Amino acid sequence: MTTRIEPLSVPIMALVGAVVVVLLPYWKQILLAIAVAIAIVLAFTLKNFILFQLTLALIYALAILGLNLLTGYNGQFSLGHSAFLAVGAYTAAIMMEHGGIDYYWTLPAAGVVCFVFGFLFGLPALRLEGIYLALATFALAIAMPQILKSTPLEYWTGGVQGIVLLKPEAPFGLKLSSDQWLWIFTVAVALVMYVCAYQLIKSRTGRAMIAIRDNSIAAKSMGINLSLYKALTFGVSAFYTGVAGALGAIVIAFVAPDSFTLVLAIGLFVGMVVGGAASIVGTLVGGLFLLFVPNIAETFSKGLSGAFYGIILILTIYAMPSGAAGLVRLTLLRLMTRLAAR
Amino acid sequence: MELFLHQVLAGLATGGIYACMALAVVMIYQAIDSLNFAQGEMAMFSTFIAWQLLQWGLPYWAAFFLTIGISFVAGVVIERVVFKPVQNESVLSHVVIFIALFAIINSAAGFIWDFTIKSFPSPFGTRELFGQRLISAHDAGMIGITILMLVLLYLFFRYTRVGLAMRAAAANPESARLAGIRVGWMVALGWGMAAAVGAIAGMLIAPVVFLEPNMMLSILLYGFAGAVVGGLTSPLGAVIGGFSMGVIENLAGTFIPYVGRELKLTIALTLIVAVLTVKPSGLFGRTVETRV
Repeated sequence: MTTRIEPLSVPIMALVGAVVVVLLPYWKQILLAIAVAIAIVLAFTLKNFILFQLTLALIYALAILGLNLLTGYNGQFSLGHSAFLAVGAYTAAIMMEHGGIDYYWTLPAAGVVCFVFGFLFGLPALRLEGIYLALATFALAIAMPQILKSTPLEYWTGGVQGIVLLKPEAPFGLKLSSDQWLWIFTVAVALVMYVCAYQLIKSRTGRAMIAIRDNSIAAKSMGINLSLYKALTFGVSAFYTGVAGALGAIVIAFVAPDSFTLVLAIGLFVGMVVGGAASIVGTLVGGLFLLFVPNIAETFSKGLSGAFYGIILILTIYAMPSGAAGLVRLTLLRLMTRLAAR
Repeated sequence: MELFLHQVLAGLATGGIYACMALAVVMIYQAIDSLNFAQGEMAMFSTFIAWQLLQWGLPYWAAFFLTIGISFVAGVVIERVVFKPVQNESVLSHVVIFIALFAIINSAAGFIWDFTIKSFPSPFGTRELFGQRLISAHDAGMIGITILMLVLLYLFFRYTRVGLAMRAAAANPESARLAGIRVGWMVALGWGMAAAVGAIAGMLIAPVVFLEPNMMLSILLYGFAGAVVGGLTSPLGAVIGGFSMGVIENLAGTFIPYVGRELKLTIALTLIVAVLTVKPSGLFGRTVETRV
């Protein structure tokens, strides 16, 4: 693994970031600057292990964002997003292991591979709705680890053992630990992708996605091409989750079939609902929930950790049935009406 | 040819298990209009209760019917306590509640009865039926009970007032309420019945797969798949779907070389998706027209 960064990649990345940010409204740019400042402060104040965990939570959040674009904004169920995470992670790992390609170039590649995969999977899935689509994606989640383990692919995927990678070091001779560098790297990637998701939802395409969710027949009669938009949303959703998968492979420096089981697929789904369906910032809460709550449940009792996890989950849903984002929205609404009544 | 026949019959025997579970899945779908992911775990817990009763020295059939009763009450209680507060929320939060129930029940069973494999007696014995080697007495009994349950449920939903009220409450809650049906209790009743059907399924399955907290996981998957292929609105379809899942799984494992054995489940699920893309509401399901 090389630790230097190609000269060409730096201006490209900077340009992408700048274009994305310039398009935002003024006050959002300020919020973004504050977020970046907090991330940098965290990088120098937290212990490496906690920073590593936060990086993972952010990666999960990015994967949940992908799921949320599909389920929250487009109304298509998926219980199989662990499969896209796996495809992204393996694309990155195979490129680094067999192709000797630098880690940051694997992200767009993983995204594109997943986009194609998601788009193609979305085409037959167009005829399915609700529960039936949930089952089809569920099948995908179950099949993925078995496919990765299967004998014909063993040369590339490393079979049950998976692929062990090297953790990248900080470039330019910066005096950062690799956990600190990967945190900053992940934050940068996530920022660009979150802003893109925000722009997508605000755009004409985003409105079409939401219209399909709210009433597909009405959307169709307004001239929205249902099949195209649904399949495209599937592709974009897979793109996001795939990039998250690639980031995960880089940060954990290891991929194995059993990291991408049904449990993870369900975890992503739970994270999305807890954070709030159809909310972009809510996915951050979802990522934190997915990473930390099972650990918290384990501290209550080793034997009954599953039961405590379930109880926390039920109480969370009671407290905020439309997720963290829904709770915030509701509170704001109440405050506004109270202020207006005065 | 003999191998083929043998595999089909063996498939039918395992298919009986899936059909049982698929039937329970469809039951609750009719009552609450969504799939309960915790259903398999509820059935597993019921089976553990039956095992415990047998350990305390109850005769088999006493334990059998007592377990059905306990499961029915437990199903109603779970609906009233856990599910009712979020009944009017979105489907997404329902699914999360099911996932939570799954985790709680699975973990509790492991805590109370630990994860060692226990054997469970069969009321029909495990000998071969009529001296042939293809299908055992227990498999035949299991298929028989599944078909009996199917007939009883059909009669219940088709010819009783309560059955009609339950169907109405699931199909159109608002109109049903206007017609004087207590929709909330119909849903609770549906949960109770589903738990009872699940308990029967669990007790019939346990002699074959042995009793342990994770026994239901793959069975529930095949059960779901069978129910969906057959059509979630049709109990008969669910049973046929369940049986065909068993046969498909067995044939794929035997006759598709190289990948068949490793990817048995994958092949079965791919076939389901293929069926669904051609017939989106399942083989026997009613198509629901949507309006703006």
